[in-house]
Amino acid sequence: MAMLSVEDLNVYYGSIHALKGISFDVNEGEIVTLIGANGAGKSTTLNTIAGLLRPRTGDIAYEGESLVHVPAHKVVEKAIALCPEGRRIFLNMTVRENLEMGAFSRGGDAADETMEKVFQRFPRLKERINQSGGTLSGGEQQMLAMGRALMSQPRLLMLDEPSMGLAPILVDEIFDIIKSLHETGTTILLVEQNARMALKVADRAYVLETGNVTMSGSADALAEDDRVRQAYLGG
Amino acid sequence: MVKGTTVFGRLWKGPFGTYLIVVVAYAIFQVLASAGSLPSVIVGLLPTICAYISATISLNLVVGISGELSLGHAGFMSVGAYTGIVAATCYSAVIDIPWLVFILAMLTGAVFAAIAGFVVGVPVMRLSGDYLAIVTLAFGEIIKNIMNNLYVGLDDAGLHFSFSSAQDLHMTNGNIIINGPQGAVGVEQLSTFFGGFILVLVTLAVVLNLIRSRSGRAIMAVRDNSIAAESVGINTTKYRLMAFVVASALAGMAGLMYAMNYNAVVPVRFDYNASILILVYVVLGGIGNIRGSIISATVLVVLPEVLRFMSEYRMLIYAIVLIAVMVLPNVPAVQRFLDYIQDKIPFFRSRDEVPGDVTEGAE
Repeated sequence: MAMLSVEDLNVYYGSIHALKGISFDVNEGEIVTLIGANGAGKSTTLNTIAGLLRPRTGDIAYEGESLVHVPAHKVVEKAIALCPEGRRIFLNMTVRENLEMGAFSRGGDAADETMEKVFQRFPRLKERINQSGGTLSGGEQQMLAMGRALMSQPRLLMLDEPSMGLAPILVDEIFDIIKSLHETGTTILLVEQNARMALKVADRAYVLETGNVTMSGSADALAEDDRVRQAYLGG
Repeated sequence: MVKGTTVFGRLWKGPFGTYLIVVVAYAIFQVLASAGSLPSVIVGLLPTICAYISATISLNLVVGISGELSLGHAGFMSVGAYTGIVAATCYSAVIDIPWLVFILAMLTGAVFAAIAGFVVGVPVMRLSGDYLAIVTLAFGEIIKNIMNNLYVGLDDAGLHFSFSSAQDLHMTNGNIIINGPQGAVGVEQLSTFFGGFILVLVTLAVVLNLIRSRSGRAIMAVRDNSIAAESVGINTTKYRLMAFVVASALAGMAGLMYAMNYNAVVPVRFDYNASILILVYVVLGGIGNIRGSIISATVLVVLPEVLRFMSEYRMLIYAIVLIAVMVLPNVPAVQRFLDYIQDKIPFFRSRDEVPGDVTEGAE
């Protein structure tokens, strides 16, 4: 059975039909990526799973349990973490305080141990530990956002556009971290506009177009597909 | 040696410095008042100043720490004031110690104001920004109008309530405590400067400890970025409501402190203008700056009294002072002057005690 299984999900923003009945699965230990253009519904999908948005119809099953009526702050307790688009770190708090907030759902106990693990993955954050979030560079902020998500010790990590607005060298660094997270057993649902990088690290991929899943398959196969190459990989 | 790194410098920046300011200010005013060096108008005003300081700090919890613009703060002061006065009248029938009656009345007022804060807060917390401001304004007015129509009397049979007239209380003997638009009449003046001083300390202790607690962090996280806060597992509604209810309870106590300094209090005292006045104190003291709230409330309550000799020009000068305080810190020449002063005198170099401030990183 899939770890996360989304069934015929319909989400509206007012009268706008943003997700038109999409379905997909994420199996334990996989990296699954959702790729597609702006406005395809990728972020909407992640926000709905995280409980920030409510679907009108459809179901989200996580380990056999429906998440549709679970509020966002309870979803985190089920070991699902969302690293939201645009980083959204707490600019007025220090790096340490940001990370501590990440462990909020766990009651803050044992946060130090987890923080040490986060620092092993992101040594740069340790150097900046007492600096306020607003003074970090874009890449450091992205690392902080990912580190904060990891503080809740998720089994399913949802990353929304982690490469957005970053220099190419930092994009490589972020994707290396995604790979190493995967190797240590974290299941990852990745939303990316950078389809080339996403397909390189992912096991499977779904292509979203205006609220529908139009293609799906193994990441390698999709990377070879002519339509995908033309639309998302620049020919 | 670098200034501000001494033990005292560190303490000064934290809550300790704030408590110290309050204690020293109390001592100075108390000595001046006993020596007769203060004008009698100011001496009579001392409990009122304390009440406004508490109200300002509690509103700062909502506006500065929780980041919601609330325009109905005086409504909660009103609830605390009137329930507290009724409670004090009942308690003094059985308890002979005025300060004990006052403390119990304070707690009763706080509980009722907290209940009002909860009842208002539950629907209001579905909103944010301008909408929240409008709705809190409306709730403040609703509370004022309820108080305007409330009649409460006490006789041998117990408490009597009515929303139509004093006759409808059907009292045979005893007295009317709250008489509709005339408000509370014949109030025992239980407020003292010492009581006000304790109230300010209690308010500070509650607010400063809340800010530095896990819940306080959560409240500020919601303020800074509600989506990020939700995605790390913070129940945003719960923590916004917590700040609102705590602030309401403290406002209720401030309202009672204010009311019991006079022998009659009309409900329109706690109208929209009163809410705005407290908001002005918060903004001029610095949003989120607790120490600033104490100073601005004190100065701005005293100022109109000090300016009384200017008769009709009084409010004109008051307005000019308000504008000057807002504008002057942004004038480059004044900025250089302030930087110079802060550089030379450590006293002025303190930062507010809100965590998240960069100066706190060294702890």
